[in-house]
Amino acid sequence: MIQFKEASLIKVKEIIARYPPEKQKSALLPVLHLAQVEFGGWLDVPVMDYVASILNIEPIEVYEVASFYSMYNLKPVGKHVFEVCQTGPCMLNGSDNIIEYIKQKLNIGVGETTIDGMFTLKTVECLGACGYAPMMQLGKIYREHLTKEKVDAIIDECRAKAN
Amino acid sequence: MQSLMNAELKRINTMSRKLLLEKAHVEGIRHYDVYRREGGYRSVEKALKMQPNDIVEEVKKSGLRGRGGAGFPTGMKWSFLAKPDGVPRYLVCNADESEPGTFKDRYLMEFIPHILIEGMIVASYALGSNNIYIYIRGEYDWITDILEEAIAEAKQNGWLGKNIQGSGFDCEMYVQRGAGAYICGEETALLESLEGKRGNPRIKPPFPAIKGLWGCPTVVNNVETLAAVVPIINEGAEEYAKIGIGKSTGTKLISACGNINKPGIYEIDMTISVEEFIYSDEYCGGIPNGKKLKACIPGGSSVPILPANLLLTTAKGEKRLMNYESLSDGGFATGSMMGSGGFIVLDEDQCIVKHTYTLARFYRHESCGQCSPCREGTGWMEKILLSIEKGKGKMSDIDLLWDIQRKIEGNTICPLGDAAAWPVAAAIRHFRDEFEWHVNNPDKCLTENFGLRHYADPIHVPV
Ligand SMILES: Cc1cc2nc3c(=O)[nH]c(=O)nc-3n(C[C@H](O)[C@H](O)[C@H](O)COP(=O)(O)O)c2cc1C
Ligand code: SF4
Ligand code: FES
Repeated sequence: MIQFKEASLIKVKEIIARYPPEKQKSALLPVLHLAQVEFGGWLDVPVMDYVASILNIEPIEVYEVASFYSMYNLKPVGKHVFEVCQTGPCMLNGSDNIIEYIKQKLNIGVGETTIDGMFTLKTVECLGACGYAPMMQLGKIYREHLTKEKVDAIIDECRAKAN
Repeated sequence: MQSLMNAELKRINTMSRKLLLEKAHVEGIRHYDVYRREGGYRSVEKALKMQPNDIVEEVKKSGLRGRGGAGFPTGMKWSFLAKPDGVPRYLVCNADESEPGTFKDRYLMEFIPHILIEGMIVASYALGSNNIYIYIRGEYDWITDILEEAIAEAKQNGWLGKNIQGSGFDCEMYVQRGAGAYICGEETALLESLEGKRGNPRIKPPFPAIKGLWGCPTVVNNVETLAAVVPIINEGAEEYAKIGIGKSTGTKLISACGNINKPGIYEIDMTISVEEFIYSDEYCGGIPNGKKLKACIPGGSSVPILPANLLLTTAKGEKRLMNYESLSDGGFATGSMMGSGGFIVLDEDQCIVKHTYTLARFYRHESCGQCSPCREGTGWMEKILLSIEKGKGKMSDIDLLWDIQRKIEGNTICPLGDAAAWPVAAAIRHFRDEFEWHVNNPDKCLTENFGLRHYADPIHVPV
């Protein structure tokens, strides 16, 4: 059974209360963010159906939104997702090398997950950190001014968390 | 010459004048107590004693222009807001900040969130809106927490909620995260997204000022625009308008990146020259490793790229300044735009074809797909640019690229189409020989770059 935890249900109510009556569909993006965090880092169809039911909208309204925005994962991802920016300003500062290095180090291609399910590598477009390039998003925060050494340290840090 | 001298004098008088970031480095300024102690929320106290319409007039007089990219006069936008009886109005803050090269709003929100909150309360009072939504790009997750904490502090201290400071004015403020889509920075796509839908831009008219969020009159403004309301009210429109030059009043935040020694956020007074901005230690601090300047995109990825010579000097032979008028001097033939203030510098080792390719890929990725010229054209441009970059292009591809961008421009629902076309057009306009070199040197272009060549040569000014 898919069901938000009590605390998340309270949060959902709080979010819906931000909008005028009958406009609860506005809560869709924030609620999908909550769902993705709570249900394993991605949005499976039953999860989206559940979100539709709590917002009292049609499942198709959820699918079309979930498939539009790049932050929603429609497939399972690793425990740690490296989202490396590859747009112009980051490219000028060597993002290509960083992406290559991560590929080699983790032995995966872009869009792939390591066999142990620990890491996924994604390339993304400008994340608004162009002056601190090269950079990646890792969970809630940004890792900036990346170097090979920093990437090594980040990988170690993620592995340490697992133990 | 006379005007330049005046500008120079004025610059000295107002040099380094900071209105938004003056207090950004005060320890603890992120928190209410420190912010208030440093003079925060004075503009709300002052505004609540004014008539809402007088605030709109004041903003008009200040000459403030939208800092999101289009540069539309803010006071005028506010005066267009429809006010039908019994219909709520909304103020929406555009914090989607996704234009490559642009990262200034993030800085404001991260370090002095209260200045944005303060500006929004004043704006909301002026517009008669009781609900404000800040739409922030989904990736700025930690900044959402910072804003929510600051909003809670403001509310605890009576600056939000019911009957603010006993004035009878009620106002609530909420933060809504997007979920990864550049197009949601376009104001009508933003409103769709805020309504829980895909970010497909709406056909205008009707404009948001008439029918915006949930069909109600809505003003959408950029983060920096709303923060600028604070010094305008505190110091008065006239004082604000004295800073800057011509129709570029006040200060502007520039996010500088690419090949420079000191990337970051700079609050400039719009009278300094581009050359000073790049080379002075007060700003970008020059180019690393003694390299030479090749090109620059001065206002975010959508605006035309300029070769070094046209960047520093206009086609008329005048020093180019960091303001709306000067950056666009010469139109698209020899000028560019202020845009969002995303300043991207390319040194002599950079390849224009490759850089343009990454931008084309960005726009293809971000096209919402509603209009065929944008949906198909962006994909097509990306493919052709990649093949030229990889030494697989033909000479006719360069003309084809030109043709495609021409067919996108002006033929789409929203300006993303133009934004995708302009960088490609400008790259071909100014760097055509570099594209041709790629075609003529299919092997060499994989291991070497075209280099600086003549792009920094002095321009010949006909007399
Ligand atoms: C594709 C596209 C993306 C945009 N992205 C942003 C953005 O991230 N932030 C922003 O403030 N304005 C953005 N704009 C401009 C907005 O549509 C709108 O003009 C602006 O928010 C108005 O605020 P201002 O008048 O205060 O600048 C974008 C426009 C387009 C066409
Ligand atoms: S121009 Fe592009 S992004 Fe804008 S509405 Fe059309 S397809 Fe969508
Ligand atoms: S280009 Fe990478 S963060 Fe902007």
